[in-house]
Amino acid sequence: MAEIEIKNLHKSFGDFVAVKNSNLIIENKEFFVLLGPSGCGKTTTLRMIAGLELPTSGNIYLDKEDVGYLRASQRDIAFVFQLFALYPHMNVRNNLAFPLKMQKLSRSEVDAKVLEAAKLLRIDHLLKSKVSSLAGGDRQRVALGRALVRRPKAFLMDEPLGTLDAEFRELMCLELRKLHDDIDATTVYVTHDQQEAMSMADRIAVMNEGVVLQADSPKVIYNKPKTKFVANFIGSPGMNFIPIKEKISPSQSSIKLLDSSLNIPEQKEGTDSNENFLGVRPENLKLVSENGVKGNVFGVEYLGSRKILTIETQLGNIKIRVDSDTQVNINEQIQFDTLNNNQIIFDGSNDKALQSEFMS
Amino acid sequence: MDTSRSPLEATGFSRKLAATIIIVYMIVTLIPITWMVATSFKSVDSAISYPPEVFFEPSLEGYVNLFTNRSRQPKDYLDSLPPPDTWYEELVRSREMVITGPSKFLPRYSNSLIIGFGATFFSVFLGSLAAYALSRFKVPLKDDLLFFILSTRMFPPIAVAVPIFIMYRKLGLGDTHVGMIILYTVVNLSLSVWLLKGFMDEIPREYEEAAMIDGYSRMQAFFKVVLPQATTGIAATAIFCMIFSWNEYAFAVLLTQFNAQTAPPFIPTIIGEGGLDWPAIGAGTTLFLIPVMIFTVVLRKHLLRGITFGAVRK
Repeated sequence: MAEIEIKNLHKSFGDFVAVKNSNLIIENKEFFVLLGPSGCGKTTTLRMIAGLELPTSGNIYLDKEDVGYLRASQRDIAFVFQLFALYPHMNVRNNLAFPLKMQKLSRSEVDAKVLEAAKLLRIDHLLKSKVSSLAGGDRQRVALGRALVRRPKAFLMDEPLGTLDAEFRELMCLELRKLHDDIDATTVYVTHDQQEAMSMADRIAVMNEGVVLQADSPKVIYNKPKTKFVANFIGSPGMNFIPIKEKISPSQSSIKLLDSSLNIPEQKEGTDSNENFLGVRPENLKLVSENGVKGNVFGVEYLGSRKILTIETQLGNIKIRVDSDTQVNINEQIQFDTLNNNQIIFDGSNDKALQSEFMS
Repeated sequence: MDTSRSPLEATGFSRKLAATIIIVYMIVTLIPITWMVATSFKSVDSAISYPPEVFFEPSLEGYVNLFTNRSRQPKDYLDSLPPPDTWYEELVRSREMVITGPSKFLPRYSNSLIIGFGATFFSVFLGSLAAYALSRFKVPLKDDLLFFILSTRMFPPIAVAVPIFIMYRKLGLGDTHVGMIILYTVVNLSLSVWLLKGFMDEIPREYEEAAMIDGYSRMQAFFKVVLPQATTGIAATAIFCMIFSWNEYAFAVLLTQFNAQTAPPFIPTIIGEGGLDWPAIGAGTTLFLIPVMIFTVVLRKHLLRGITFGAVRK
């Protein structure tokens, strides 16, 4: 297993820049997720690590060895495709044995390794089946089996659960993570589904428009997003952004909001711009009976364990998470306030989060 | 109203209409073939009798005549010969002739097999390589190149007969198997590149990418993963190429004489030998039909899938 390092990686297709000067270090035995909306460059990054695309410039190191411009077959990595790409003209056994046949192993060694991988994934009873007769989940397992049978240095997965139905996807998330831990793998996993990313990853890199915006543990990504995009993209719903018309100076610890003032974590950075944003997660707001921000209930989304309220206020539309048994009606006048001090100020000029007591 | 049937399914009337049309069409196309096969089993006399005989006494005279060269002899010479050893000698003897040797039909027939299958193999092999390249790689002027390949079939191939005739004579390719295989391959290539490119486009790239990650070179991935999945397209293409190479007449007449002559230009020459020998011609054409028929029947399943391939997303 191995460490993967990406240095100043750049890829353009004609005029379109898919990946812009990205830097990442994926540590040994890490489950690393590349997360972002479609077209953000996450799949291109993965394909460059795999050798299916060559970088326009930059380097990729696999175990300190520069592999950026080597052929895919010379890199000792495995790739799991979104549509599995199982060879339809071979049965399950031959699909699993296919990567081994290139390694000049004896027949019995190949058989032993195929059986070991099949047992690990509980598909040993399917070895003689045709690929076309398998259910989605079993195909997924065969695809994983084909990847791990060779024990490569790293596993690369391109939205491997994208085509499975929701129920099965949750199960596979658990299994994938367990498999990763059992075989001490280094895994790079691409998805646009934050749920998958949050539940499996050791670290997540959020990408947008070809740029890696932040690479951190799921908890840090969620609670302390470094940019407005990450704050909005992660979380469902995303963070609320309230415009603040004042310049922020270092060590400032309150801001003016409407007619009152609001305490914020002590800032360690200031801004030049006087158009900034206060970021606050829906669960860090609460309904109050007095002295809060007044608003009009615009929408109520019932989500089982909780409700998301959309409130029309003078500050714009604000989302609040409340308990699902809270009684609120559409168009009701309510008041809300902050629940804690977990607010983040984003610099309006570059959308970056300012350093503060809370952020550090 | 009968609701057990889907509204998209054909009604009784249209089914009967379709069946009628198919049966009529079948009769129209099968009559000449039936007549040809029947003629091959007639005797020379019964083949030219008027009114034509629908029911007749079968005879293998046509086949014997097809495979042998014979000469007419006076009766007293025939009587002086020892009695015939074989049934076919006896048959020929009864027509007051003796067998002087085998005819050229078998060598011509095997020429047809060698040239037909050879040209089909190379058309499909080279065509699939070209189709894969045009389907997967960035090729400069790809669209123009594809159009150029297609344009070589916009005129009848025989239009370039004179330059090819001169070229082949200079190159020493005239009347050779290699020459004919090259010629038929080239004529078929445009069709095979275009047909196969369509099939290659339908095969997801992930398969060969997976193979390349599994340690195979692109060439190995092509042979081990891409080609097996293109079997449908290859079968359909092979049938078209085979039918062309097998039936081709004009170039064969022009470019082959002794060594590499194929069956199509040979069969009409039977007519000249001792009057109109219709049973022998029938026998020649019947035998000529068989390989291409077997080939098509064997690949039939793929052909049908090939024609409808890609029409519905899987």
